[in-house]
Amino acid sequence: MKGAFVLRSDKSRKKWKIEGPHFRGEAVYALLHDTRGDRPRTFAATNSMHWGPTLRTSNDNGATWSEPGPQTVRFPADSGRALGQIWQIAPGRATEPDVFYCGVEPAALFESRDGGESWQPNQGLLNHEHQPKWQPGGGGLCLHTIVLDPDNRRRMLIAMSTGGVYRSEDGGKSWRARNAGVRAQFMPEEHRYPEFGQCVHKVVHHPSRPERLFLQNHWGLYRSDDWGDNWTDIANGVPSDFGFAMQMHPHDPDTVYIVPIEADVFRATPEAKLRVYRTRNAGGSWQPLTKGLPQSGAYENVLRDALAADSFDSAGIYFGTRSGKLYGSRDEGTSWTEIADALPPIVCVKTGTTGAA
Amino acid sequence: MRKDGNDGGSLITVELPNALCSYTEQNPSLVLDEPCKTVADALAALGRKSPGALDRIMDERGDVRRHVNLFVNGENVRFLDGLGTAVPNGATIFVLAAVSGG
Repeated sequence: MKGAFVLRSDKSRKKWKIEGPHFRGEAVYALLHDTRGDRPRTFAATNSMHWGPTLRTSNDNGATWSEPGPQTVRFPADSGRALGQIWQIAPGRATEPDVFYCGVEPAALFESRDGGESWQPNQGLLNHEHQPKWQPGGGGLCLHTIVLDPDNRRRMLIAMSTGGVYRSEDGGKSWRARNAGVRAQFMPEEHRYPEFGQCVHKVVHHPSRPERLFLQNHWGLYRSDDWGDNWTDIANGVPSDFGFAMQMHPHDPDTVYIVPIEADVFRATPEAKLRVYRTRNAGGSWQPLTKGLPQSGAYENVLRDALAADSFDSAGIYFGTRSGKLYGSRDEGTSWTEIADALPPIVCVKTGTTGAA
Repeated sequence: MRKDGNDGGSLITVELPNALCSYTEQNPSLVLDEPCKTVADALAALGRKSPGALDRIMDERGDVRRHVNLFVNGENVRFLDGLGTAVPNGATIFVLAAVSGG
């Protein structure tokens, strides 16, 4: 919430060196380390309480950053909207190294086709017939999730709070709400499964099984096996199906991580225990991961982009808390160590691997 | 000289906070060299000199950001005529971060 910190380690991931803060005093809700092109680049979406949001880049793995110029992610003048915050920066497909996407508040999707130099709003969402009825959640009306079909350039999916999940089958020209089976707990009982308006918090998938999606909802944990056409409840053995963060295992399409939170009216880890939950059977069951994490007096919250994985064979899993603690696991979540304990509130944790590791 | 503004001379000065000097080659003080009757005119002229600085002061709707204050000769324009506030010949416009935020 007060800047970006870069933590570096070698392949062992035992010792970490903290650099920063970059962008002192500015909130950083989105980061991306992209290695598709001929040079790695890192993006940071920074937001000054006074001077507004901007997008910055680094060509040296986060050591130094570009000064912001004129705002490149901006709404058209006739839209009547102004950029509040960039919530997500996502790379395009592996075969499109110059393509990037931004999900922003108020809910909209921007696309760059020139490596992030210029950005255009997605008109299909900007002018969607549902748009006037999308309502802000606790974090604002934000488009926070962008999921691409790695093989089919015409298919992509986004999620927003609130609004829910929308999918395009025509390269982003048109979008259909895909929320069948996802509940909206905050609606009157007979209207809890609307076509849209759900407060979806995060959606993930594995590129090897792109049609199978996992969804952490504002109340509700779901899986879809058909690109979001139908959703089924997979809250099997979790202490709460409320939560924000959700992370796919980098190699195993059946393994997903979440951090359950007690309730929307009490946003803290249930029973004051800091537990990551992992499924290894695509949501058939979930097991708590507690080794190395405080199991008493831990009233923590882990926000939607504060849970991440690296790409090593034995995957590293990392998460940051609203109270400024950063934890890491080198064994896919089985055991954890505290990497930092007094950072500002953490809203975004992302990983990147450089060739020198 | 007009009563409601300056006479087109190079006499309107905009004082920027340190946070915006990265957009102006570290120059905290810009003199506007085109006619400006109002604060809106002055900001438009500032934008032609430094589009990045203007983007930090105003959003793309043309609204001054919520936690930014503009002063003309020491008076906060929020309590005058906003962007329509007249800028007299020789005026200095201060751009400041509001006490809120951080």
